[in-house]
Amino acid sequence: MALELYLDLFSQPARSVYIFAKINNIKFDFKKITLFAGEQYGDEYGKINMMRKVPAMRDGEFYLAESIAIMMYLSEKFQTPDHWYPTDIQKRARVNEYLSWQHTAVRMHGTRVFWLRLMIPKMLGEEVPKDKMAAALEDLDGSLQLIEEKFLQDRPFIAGNDISLADLVAIVEIMQPVGSGLDVFEKRPKLSGWRNRVRAAIGPELFDEAHQIILSAQEMVKSMDGSTLQPFKPKILRLFL
Amino acid sequence: MGLPEGQTLQLDTMTVELFLDLHSQPCRAVYLFAKKANIPFEYKKVDLASGEQYGEEFGQISMVRKVPVLRDGDFILTESIAILMYLAEKFSTPDHWYPAESQKRARVNEYLSWQHKAIRESGSKIFWFRAMVPLLTGAPVDQERMDSAVEDLTSSLTIFEEKFLQKTSFIIGQDISLADLVAIVELMQPVGTGLDVFEGRPLLGEWRDRVKKELGESLFDEAHHVIMHAHTLPQELEDKGMLEFLKPRLKKLFN
Repeated sequence: MALELYLDLFSQPARSVYIFAKINNIKFDFKKITLFAGEQYGDEYGKINMMRKVPAMRDGEFYLAESIAIMMYLSEKFQTPDHWYPTDIQKRARVNEYLSWQHTAVRMHGTRVFWLRLMIPKMLGEEVPKDKMAAALEDLDGSLQLIEEKFLQDRPFIAGNDISLADLVAIVEIMQPVGSGLDVFEKRPKLSGWRNRVRAAIGPELFDEAHQIILSAQEMVKSMDGSTLQPFKPKILRLFL
Repeated sequence: MGLPEGQTLQLDTMTVELFLDLHSQPCRAVYLFAKKANIPFEYKKVDLASGEQYGEEFGQISMVRKVPVLRDGDFILTESIAILMYLAEKFSTPDHWYPAESQKRARVNEYLSWQHKAIRESGSKIFWFRAMVPLLTGAPVDQERMDSAVEDLTSSLTIFEEKFLQKTSFIIGQDISLADLVAIVELMQPVGTGLDVFEGRPLLGEWRDRVKKELGESLFDEAHHVIMHAHTLPQELEDKGMLEFLKPRLKKLFN
């Protein structure tokens, strides 16, 4: 039985797992879970991942959630090139440090900006107070600043000279607010330079393919049926506003 | 061989420095692990209630201005999870803490990843809402926000019991690992404010007892002493004249 990856490329962590598997030629069955159709709430998917999130992995009888755990598992199982998750203890620590920090930093802030700028006004028809939007942008800005000043500094990639899981996880998160029409790279030459290096290291075709859905989000919401999200509106508003 | 005057030869390359304040959950995880696994370290206290993390000296250690931090010679590392993994590797701690076997390790990684935005987040919020907000604003936190945080914690605890614990003794099976350590310190945070998260959850209570026993009751209690006396924090902050300084910073964190 082939490895199964349950993904929706709208989701940042699904993108990182997708890119990682593709770039390392890991054979897998792409099991699409359409989040906006609520597929994650179905009985079927509940058996795969009771947390009802993507990505999820199935390797025979072994089920695993959490993109970071999945990528670490795949890197070991498929003996991917060392630079992705270096064996050198200090380089690995740098990767682990970023992967830990980002959950409640750039991931949280980028997701919030995406929802406040695009999904809440356009799909849920709810106006977003200016002060909330400003606060969300400020938080995102703070995270991006820290990425430049602490995690990158004068290095080409987070862990040094080569791309690692840290850069992969970083880029997919940063692309989320970009999908809402916010150019986070404008006025940030260091971040842009890094983005270009990451895209080149991943391969422009694969990078663009993985990000096609999120980058067409603004177009998609025009024709998407917002009714599937309505039942979740109170929860969404509570989460992001 | 003579060394230039004033210089000492550093023979001990194995002792690391750990910058900690045991009010902080991730500091407790690092502290408990280092003590339990007999890792040689120098305890460098960072007094959060005095705002030491905002001082220039600490800023030189870490620009993120949070604890815990590890310093190993010239190498400085933040993020408790990264620190725990670094220590496990550097000091070749017993395998069960962070198993080499890939599926077991994946289960630890899965928990450590999930918990940031689950138990850690809602447990921290409850701590701040109950212990700090009334002090900062002069009024209890609005009931809706409190109920919301308790609801989130409750959902997380249900997932914890149903997915992560299930019927096993510890998160990944028969042995304690970094996952249990990180879990227990986070759960103790709301407990420090008087909210007994274990009440009505016998499975969780039994797991807590097993973890305490594995770590050693006195070590566990020692690590949790300050948080269990969190009710003295407000007075401490006031005595140290830190209220006005901390207010805007704390507001931002928990708005």
